[in-house]
Amino acid sequence: MATAAADITDHHDDHGPAKGIGRWLFSTNHKDIGTMYLLFSLVMFFVGGAMAMVIRSELAVPGLQFVDPGFFNSMTTMHALIMVFGAVMPAFVGLANWMIPLMIGAPDMALPRMNNWSFWILPVAFGILLSTLFMPGGAPASGWTMYPPLVLQTGDAFPFLIFSVHLMGISSIMGSINVIVTIINMRAPDMSLLKMPIFVWTWLITAYLLIAVMPVLAGAVTMLLTDQFFGTSFFLAAGGGDPVMFQHIFWFFGHPEVYIMILPAFGVVSEIIPTFSRKKLFGHDSMVYAASSIAFLSFIVWAHHMFTVGMPLTGQLFFMFATMLIAVPTGVKVFNWVATMWRGSMTFETPMLFALAFVFLFTIGGFSGLMLAIQPADVQYHDTYFVVAHFHYVLVPGSIFALMAGAYYWLPKWTGYYYNETLGKLHFWMSTIFVNVTFFPMHFLGLAGMPRRIPDYSTQFADFNFIASIGAMGFGLSQLIFLLVLLTAKKGAKADDRVWEGAHGLEWTVPSPAPWHTFTTPPKNRIAEESF
Amino acid sequence: MTNEKHNRSHRSLVTSLLVVVIGAFGFGYALVPLYDVFCEITGYGGRTNDTAAQVAEAPDMKREIRIEFMTTVNEYAPFELSADADSMTVHPGKMYFATFTATNMTGDDKVAMAVPSVAPVAAAEHFVKIECFCFNSQEFTANEEKAMPLQFIVNPELPDYVDTITLQYTFYDTARVASSN
Repeated sequence: MATAAADITDHHDDHGPAKGIGRWLFSTNHKDIGTMYLLFSLVMFFVGGAMAMVIRSELAVPGLQFVDPGFFNSMTTMHALIMVFGAVMPAFVGLANWMIPLMIGAPDMALPRMNNWSFWILPVAFGILLSTLFMPGGAPASGWTMYPPLVLQTGDAFPFLIFSVHLMGISSIMGSINVIVTIINMRAPDMSLLKMPIFVWTWLITAYLLIAVMPVLAGAVTMLLTDQFFGTSFFLAAGGGDPVMFQHIFWFFGHPEVYIMILPAFGVVSEIIPTFSRKKLFGHDSMVYAASSIAFLSFIVWAHHMFTVGMPLTGQLFFMFATMLIAVPTGVKVFNWVATMWRGSMTFETPMLFALAFVFLFTIGGFSGLMLAIQPADVQYHDTYFVVAHFHYVLVPGSIFALMAGAYYWLPKWTGYYYNETLGKLHFWMSTIFVNVTFFPMHFLGLAGMPRRIPDYSTQFADFNFIASIGAMGFGLSQLIFLLVLLTAKKGAKADDRVWEGAHGLEWTVPSPAPWHTFTTPPKNRIAEESF
Repeated sequence: MTNEKHNRSHRSLVTSLLVVVIGAFGFGYALVPLYDVFCEITGYGGRTNDTAAQVAEAPDMKREIRIEFMTTVNEYAPFELSADADSMTVHPGKMYFATFTATNMTGDDKVAMAVPSVAPVAAAEHFVKIECFCFNSQEFTANEEKAMPLQFIVNPELPDYVDTITLQYTFYDTARVASSN
């Protein structure tokens, strides 16, 4: 600890952050940019959440109550775009910005100015996207998948939708390049690749996925744009194009995108469970191989999203079996987490509670995913609420819970104080109960045949929808507790460097709160003493 | 590691990553011709065979295949399109004719394009069109009604399990494609 303190005090050109708004606008500091990413994603989480509340209010009872069907479709579309590209992805980039340099002993991200750009593009992108709500013809209402020819019927919002997707893509690509260069070039001298913390590993893999597939999405939406305005016929059947081709290109991006949103979550959980089990992560290297296998498989399973478009039997079989194969590396991860806890000296602070709920509830989402992978059964489930239940189980108690776990876990390192544990636990229990009240009944609705993306439904679906709506309101309100936790974050006890008794890793060797500059000289020979 | 050395290794890595990004963007576009090739080979998407017909020397008179015709007019296309016969029974290897009738419902000149699709997918490459109104765009004068020919052979190599083939045409207004909205 003496060396850590020396790192900051001996550094004579440490000028500290600039004053006022300039600190944030022109920041090249990974911690400031990480904070901005996290706060931005929190704002988007509440904006997207408000849209979910509109959706669930309308669906609480049969019939049309509050909004017209066009606006309802805009809400489902915007909710998805904002949650995927505005909440989950930037939140993980925020964690990467804050924690990766600290975990590998680097002074900052490798490309700090580009880092500033990749963040500040985001508010512009989402400003553009949200402005479409006020345009003639309304916000995009074709679903976040933007399938033609439906998406081409979007009103004035169409080019704004495409442009905002381009900007989001540019932002993620720049962020990913930064992450890769930081991890490859700036690790502490004695940190070999396989000694990297698992969160860093999962982010390295995620970043590679991002630079491989975000440009493909950019290409697909550019084709939509030229089809609409420049006379091309990529997806217009009359001009010799094929709308189904869009689905192939989109899901070639879309399936890896699913893992982009969950691999860093695996990383966060793999950091937290060892800390609160006071045991080394079981099978560190197998975790790395499992994450890599998942990343590879994600490129060859895309057509399971489109089993019903009409595909040769061999194609259906291939995509079915390849999809099921993903359960193997995912199973390795789940069993490794369980084995890490086995005979551990476990305590149940808020981060651990969220991590445990993640393991259990994400696995439920994984199982419904396996059911959907069965092609003959998928014909029944396709585009029903069963699919909605499935992806919300992997994204809400999956990605979002992992983000919450990570936020609670590292909050004392960021602020220097312990958050209010009682409020944290209340937030956890309310969230966990209501997330299940919201999404579990959707399985039954889907199996009974209720379709997705409709503002009204027949009366036999009424009861489960009412339960789901109550759950959604409860879940939405529960997130206000998190806001309260953040507002009172500096009221708690002072946190020491280690923060958690069982925490290991370079990030716990710097003071809490982490000073503006850390590891200006690379840490030497600390990797071994930081492992269990 | 000195700062300069650091920056140099950053540069080469960033350059190679940018190459990956550009390559991935190009790959998205490369999927378009790749998809066409894939569809030609497999008949995926109901893409029909456009190569020259090979009439079998001895038509297989024992085997009967039912051909069903379906027509759809794309949203906004001001036409009516129908097959003169809903279905017909054919022998593989023998040539047949069918006629479709289309009407321009407007008082303006119009150009239409018919896009075919064959189900099941396995039959697509064996449904061989010799002459088809779908090969070219069709011009209509105001309110014109027009009979349009189709001449086809079902290849005797059609898999055994196929006993019904559905041929579907969708009629598009090409002017709407050009202006698109």
